[in-house]
Amino acid sequence: MIRKSVAILILLTVGALLIPVESRINADQRAAHLRKPTLDLELRERIGQMGFLAALSGFRSPLAAILWIEAHNAWERTEWGRMAGLFDTVTTLQPRSPLYWDLSSWHMAYNASVAAREDAKQPSEILRKRAERQYIQLGKEILERGIRNNPDNAYLQNQLGIILRDKANDDCAAADAFLKASELPGAPPYYARAAGYSMAKCPGREKEAYTLLKKLYDKGEDERKPSVIANIKELEKKLDVPPAERIP
Amino acid sequence: MLNSVLPIAKNTLTDLIRQKVFNILLVFALCAIGSSIFMAKLTFQEEFQMLKDVCLGAMSIFTSLLAILATAGFLPKDLEDRTIYTLLSKPVPRHAYLMGKLLGIISLLFVFTVLMSVVFCVVLWTREQTVLAETRNATAGMSPDEIKAALRQITDATFNINLLPGIAIIFIKSALLASMTLLISTFATSQLFTVMAAAAVYFIGHLQATAREAWVGDVTSQWWSKILVAIVALLFPDLQAFNLTDDVIAGAAIPLGIFLQTFGLGIFYVILYYCVSAFIFSGREL
Repeated sequence: MIRKSVAILILLTVGALLIPVESRINADQRAAHLRKPTLDLELRERIGQMGFLAALSGFRSPLAAILWIEAHNAWERTEWGRMAGLFDTVTTLQPRSPLYWDLSSWHMAYNASVAAREDAKQPSEILRKRAERQYIQLGKEILERGIRNNPDNAYLQNQLGIILRDKANDDCAAADAFLKASELPGAPPYYARAAGYSMAKCPGREKEAYTLLKKLYDKGEDERKPSVIANIKELEKKLDVPPAERIP
Repeated sequence: MLNSVLPIAKNTLTDLIRQKVFNILLVFALCAIGSSIFMAKLTFQEEFQMLKDVCLGAMSIFTSLLAILATAGFLPKDLEDRTIYTLLSKPVPRHAYLMGKLLGIISLLFVFTVLMSVVFCVVLWTREQTVLAETRNATAGMSPDEIKAALRQITDATFNINLLPGIAIIFIKSALLASMTLLISTFATSQLFTVMAAAAVYFIGHLQATAREAWVGDVTSQWWSKILVAIVALLFPDLQAFNLTDDVIAGAAIPLGIFLQTFGLGIFYVILYYCVSAFIFSGREL
């Protein structure tokens, strides 16, 4: 009995001495985004007791994979509402996986929205369009949450720009999203070009678009794509740029 | 001491291999191959992510289970077939006996982790080659740059070197669990108790981070709950610190410093639990 008590005392003492070390490791892991946020009770209700226990026991990724397959099956049956719920759970379990955010958003903003617009069971066009807008908004919100969880991910930021441009028809917001994407690490050069194109279509930002596209054009042959040249020429006309400053 | 530790470790490893624990590898291979076939209908990014999720998750489950069950069984078994009396009647100190057993189990866990990693890599590589071949056929006629970019996207989504530190952390976590189970078995009265207690510690260890935050962050106000949370925080290891594979699968890299710190912490816990086990076992009546 004495030995066991001494053993517990040793463990408690070493545990206390380890607190600063473990706290530092914990902080370093958090800084490197290797620790996930704590799971909340809302998720517990969504994935059930066993799922919640599995998630707490370090099996978040296999659980997310299983739920993703379930979402895929729901997609094949075109159960959009169920898919939205499953996507929400998967992205909560794996917030640092850009793939889940990207595909969840794409399913909602593109597939679900088109299905809602062409829903034969809904005779009212107003309601069909309303549902379409709601799914596009949902897709956009999923990406915005994904970006909050992965602030350095240029790809997600660019995807947001694409949804804003192609589905929400908001060129001004799309330009901001593309511009932000182009400034993030690992961004390919066409993100900046996309920012310029959307900016050119945003009323009041023509000068800014011209400056951006001209800067890209001045970088050299690689950036002198036909769309860049066409946009610059159009902006030159709009902004009445002196002939001497115009591109050939 | 090494003269007595190494033969015990070797015998333990041989004994465990004879118990056909490697048959679990078949289950693992089935998991990996089965999931890769099933997921072939998804996009290749989804397929590879799922495959990594399932395989690394299965690796973590199997190594943890093996660590707990193999360690919980040896002391009651040696007592039952009286091998322990024969061994300890020779000039073999009790701590050397325990160390030999623990080393044998850790060796098994190492071999097991390596073999599972090989199966995982083979399945991943096979699927990668299939997808690459399909893509080459589909992109025939496109510009070399476009083909190169498409193929690059596929290879980027499959094996990445960051998976290796993640697998190493899975191994050290299982070694920690083995050492912790050894500690429980030194005072446990039955194998069942050891397994149940180790499973409980496993769950507590994963929830421990929350308890520690509550204790350090002074969230609780009642003194008795603060003491309880403090005991939990001090007594049990924070196993969440060893759950890094989720983010590695998502593409995150484990910085070398963090990897070494985490691995070092795991080794420290293995040694600590072994020392405490040896201390308790040296006074146990056999």
